Amino acid sequence: MFKWLHPYAKPETVYRLCGRFYPWLMLSGVALLALGNIWGLAFTPPDYQQGDSYRIIHIHVPSAIMSMGTYSAMAIAAFIALVWQVKVAQWSVTAIAPIGAVYTAIALITGMAWGKPMWGTWWVWDARLTSELILLFLYLGVIALSGAFSDRQTGAKAASLLAVIGVINLPVIHFSVEWWNTLHQGASITKFAKPSIDPSMLWPLLISILAFKVLMLALVCLRLRTAILQNEQHRPWVKALVEE
Amino acid sequence: MQPRRQKRLAAVILVIALLTGAVAAMLYALQQNIDLFYTPSQLVEGLGKDKVKPVPGQRLRIGGMVVPGSVQRDPNSLKVSFDLVDTGPLVRVTYEGILPDLFREGQGIVAQGILVDATTIDASEVLAKHDEEYMPPEVAEAMKGIKHVPPSQQTTSEAPVKEGRY
Repeated sequence: MFKWLHPYAKPETVYRLCGRFYPWLMLSGVALLALGNIWGLAFTPPDYQQGDSYRIIHIHVPSAIMSMGTYSAMAIAAFIALVWQVKVAQWSVTAIAPIGAVYTAIALITGMAWGKPMWGTWWVWDARLTSELILLFLYLGVIALSGAFSDRQTGAKAASLLAVIGVINLPVIHFSVEWWNTLHQGASITKFAKPSIDPSMLWPLLISILAFKVLMLALVCLRLRTAILQNEQHRPWVKALVEE
Repeated sequence: MQPRRQKRLAAVILVIALLTGAVAAMLYALQQNIDLFYTPSQLVEGLGKDKVKPVPGQRLRIGGMVVPGSVQRDPNSLKVSFDLVDTGPLVRVTYEGILPDLFREGQGIVAQGILVDATTIDASEVLAKHDEEYMPPEVAEAMKGIKHVPPSQQTTSEAPVKEGRY
């Protein structure tokens, strides 16, 4: 059924594919980020209650959404690595983890910077903030585990297992504002309902979300290429590449 | 699929299923502790199936809407008191300190403090809770009739503040 996927399990093919995609992804990612953030931070109207402070939403929400999106990507790679033991998938897990960790950190830091002037506190242990912090620890755990064994294979396996197990946290983060009463407000953009954010503010936000997504893919391509070269350094195709 | 892979697939799915069950059970058991605050009706009528009421002297958080017209400020200090409501009974909150910028009548807030009697809380911290709606001031004025005044143009006479009692 998945025969057509098999060539993509070959490191050399993935290396070349990533190399082809990377410049386009990086270029469009940076352009989208500039467009979305400059539009959002400088040219949208202020909010009726929060004034200009709400503008941090254009960084906070994209990084928070993509901290979870990146985690699902990592977990899928980890699942494939565990069950089918595809090497490229294994390397993807360690390639993706630091990117997701940085997104999570950005979401937490911008959230704190937003919370102080609006809520009146940097941090409160409500369900949303706590579960997002756990997400950061999961990322750090995956990074740490993958480097904790002298045998790289064992480390990758342990990291993959943690990545797959941590998926349980994703629905908890997403629904935390509905299941429990929290200081954090509910979601402004949902798939099914009309967004509760004015269209003039919504568009730059959607562009910024797309920008964070494209940038994540670009960075994964870059890191995965490096990982492939590192792990395959004794293979003939890498040696041929170096001699070129 | 190879039997070896099938076995691994089954093992991974089993681990995920068991852990999901364990986490779900844990979160269900801790349900009331994960809630950040009591609502005024939970505080007065009791929480959960057993209708457990907090006792005076207990430290807790209360979250609700500031009842319009209930804010009373002491002219000589930072003391302030106001009523909170959700759907039922009112709870009185007293506080001494600086309120967050978003604090206003009709605003959702979360206060942390000590329960003095069944419906009074002496708060040590007041946080503002805002909703997920964002819109320009003109839209808000047209839709909700809320007039936005930037803090720089605010004058004390415009603030809907009542003095007295204290």
